[in-house]
Amino acid sequence: MSTLPATMPVAERPWVLPSRGRVGMFCLIAGEAAIFTIFVVAYIYYIGKSLSGPMPREVLEIPIITTICLLSSSLTIHFAVRALKQGNIGSFRIFWFITLALGAIFLIGTAREWHRLIYEKGLTISTNLFGTTYYSLVGLHAFHVTVGLVGLTLVMLLSLAGKVHQTDAEHVDVFSLYWHFVDVVWVVVFTVVYLIGR
Amino acid sequence: MSSNSITIPESLSGTRAEGRTWLETLHEWVITVDHKKLGLMYIGTALFFLVLGGIEAVIIRIQLAVPHNHFVPPQVFNRMFTMHGTTMIFFVAMTILFGFGMYLIPLMIGARDMAFPRLNAWGYWMTAFGGLLLYFSFVGGDGLYGAGTAPDVGWWAYAPLTSTAFSRGHSTDYWTISLLLSGFGSLATGVNVVATIVSMRCRGMTLGRMPLLAWMYLVMGGLLLFTITPLTAAQAMLMLDRYGGGHFFDTQAGGSAVIWMHFFWVFGHPEVYVLIIPAFAFISEIVPVFSRKPIFGYPIMVAATVGIGFISMSVWAHHMFTVGMPSWGNAFFVLSTAAIAVPTGIKIFNWLGTMWGGKIRYATPMLFCIAFLFQFLIAGLTGIMLGSAPVNWQLSGSYFVVAHFHYVIVGGILFSTFAAFYYWFPKMTGRMLNEKLGKWHFWLFVIGFHLTFDFMHIPGLLGMPRRIYTYEPGRGWEGWNLIVSVGALFQAAAILCFVFNLVWSYFQGRLAGNDPWDAWTLEWTTSSPPPDYNFAVLPEVRSRRPLWDIKHPEDPDWKYE
Repeated sequence: MSTLPATMPVAERPWVLPSRGRVGMFCLIAGEAAIFTIFVVAYIYYIGKSLSGPMPREVLEIPIITTICLLSSSLTIHFAVRALKQGNIGSFRIFWFITLALGAIFLIGTAREWHRLIYEKGLTISTNLFGTTYYSLVGLHAFHVTVGLVGLTLVMLLSLAGKVHQTDAEHVDVFSLYWHFVDVVWVVVFTVVYLIGR
Repeated sequence: MSSNSITIPESLSGTRAEGRTWLETLHEWVITVDHKKLGLMYIGTALFFLVLGGIEAVIIRIQLAVPHNHFVPPQVFNRMFTMHGTTMIFFVAMTILFGFGMYLIPLMIGARDMAFPRLNAWGYWMTAFGGLLLYFSFVGGDGLYGAGTAPDVGWWAYAPLTSTAFSRGHSTDYWTISLLLSGFGSLATGVNVVATIVSMRCRGMTLGRMPLLAWMYLVMGGLLLFTITPLTAAQAMLMLDRYGGGHFFDTQAGGSAVIWMHFFWVFGHPEVYVLIIPAFAFISEIVPVFSRKPIFGYPIMVAATVGIGFISMSVWAHHMFTVGMPSWGNAFFVLSTAAIAVPTGIKIFNWLGTMWGGKIRYATPMLFCIAFLFQFLIAGLTGIMLGSAPVNWQLSGSYFVVAHFHYVIVGGILFSTFAAFYYWFPKMTGRMLNEKLGKWHFWLFVIGFHLTFDFMHIPGLLGMPRRIYTYEPGRGWEGWNLIVSVGALFQAAAILCFVFNLVWSYFQGRLAGNDPWDAWTLEWTTSSPPPDYNFAVLPEVRSRRPLWDIKHPEDPDWKYE
């Protein structure tokens, strides 16, 4: 190989760059945030523009309990990652499982809310503008929760199989960034849909 | 990437192509995650679509060459300009620029691959299948009642034309899904480019020592994250409207057609900068090498690029002056559009400053760069004209606009991409492109380009609207349109020259060696084509021109930086 080595004698100094996993995840989050921004803008723009009912105030109930569940899952995943970094696999599994359960409760809450809206209130995605924007924005978020739950479940199963070790803490940490993002987005969606739009 | 040097197995260092069937070779290319192979696949895919988009352009120009022409029916004409625009933006320009980026970024920052090689492969296949899906619409887009084959809603697909009532059949769905798919691929590429440049640089390559190409691709990667995603969101909404019964863009249910325009152009304008910033990157690498001077004003170039990146996200509604906005809205978008001319102008002066007093070599890459400088300047000036609301009210939707953005895309982006081909082809294949054919290609293309796009401004000023199927004689448009169409034939001839040159030189070209241009960046330190692992020993740099430092140990750059 006629490869010219481009090396010069330089004193050994530490050469540390940001972790590619974290940078990649932050980039993905930035892109996802732009997608959510467009849906949120559409939601806000169409508040009060529906030509026929049902209107948000008539049918929406504020999902306080499931919101508390989702937001506290950010805390539990943080504890889980911290436990793994310290090598405490047992408490990692417990906190991870609580996170998974809280996320699942949130998703079930959304499903029950949709069921009530569709079958009792007669609101579907094609009923009016409110239905279109509501189901697409909340649905987009619920889709991200679902993806997060799949990831959480995979890690849980791997952990139960004894495959998750202290050395994997960075990967798990990167995944937790995604979960935090899903929670932060819910704060925005909650504010827009249930507080401003109602 | 834990150790700096690797031991090269015997099986890798010999000639590996011997004794393998074509099926094994194909299999290797399909499953590859190597950034160089993927880069070449991006470029090959883009060239394939360039030919398709070019054929569509020629059909458009034959139809418009003379008044009352009926070369193709009106429906086909609509499909041609829709497919031409969509193909050229998404599957030629973006794809080819991704290809050069994927190929060059790891080599220029001294890495062995991208940060996420498999994500890279995923992004490529998303783009490739997106393009195939778009063209599959020609056979698969019949839908109900045989309405429509290829998409015919224009590349920006304004509502309510895209609603199920006005766009029957599935042709619009092919357009939507194709752009959704390639949009996910572009998001993956954005993530990968940023993560690679931030996290994979070789020892010593601080941000201030990165090649300008890496800097500019970093800004492009960041822009991709924020600009492709609004289009993805808007396409998802369009799908919901068409298949879920949603009302986002349904004016009869209180929806708004204007909000689609906003969502589209929030993507659409920064997209121009997604395309032109890599073009700037090529120019910034090639001009110094052929002027035998380091780039003039490196920090200013970086600052201007970052500035363009930010400002580009606040100019979108200058595409919508004729839609109607409050006067403060008009004022804001006029001013932001004028503001973006400042960093762009700085760049042009910096390239001129690099050439000033340099020992210029007029090889083919440099010829394309010089043509780029002139043409991009004119493109920018007509851009400032169109960015001014009163002029825009007069000229919006006319052939003047078509001439302007083709000046940017062909005169700017395509010319710089040709420069990049002539400059980096030796690195990619180990052989030089033929200079004589290159000169033919250059001059034919310059003549064709100026015949077509200089004269296209005039019917625009005379009031010829874009996207019309045909026109009556006696409006003063006919002679100009004939010249424009003749220019298109010159360009087609130049492209044939280019493709022939690529094929001929691949087999018969002069052997290039590692560093045929006497250049200064890291990709020229390794063999041509580079081995799978790029660098046997990971490089370590102390200045912006590491290869200069190696060649001139008595006068290295790092003493002065």
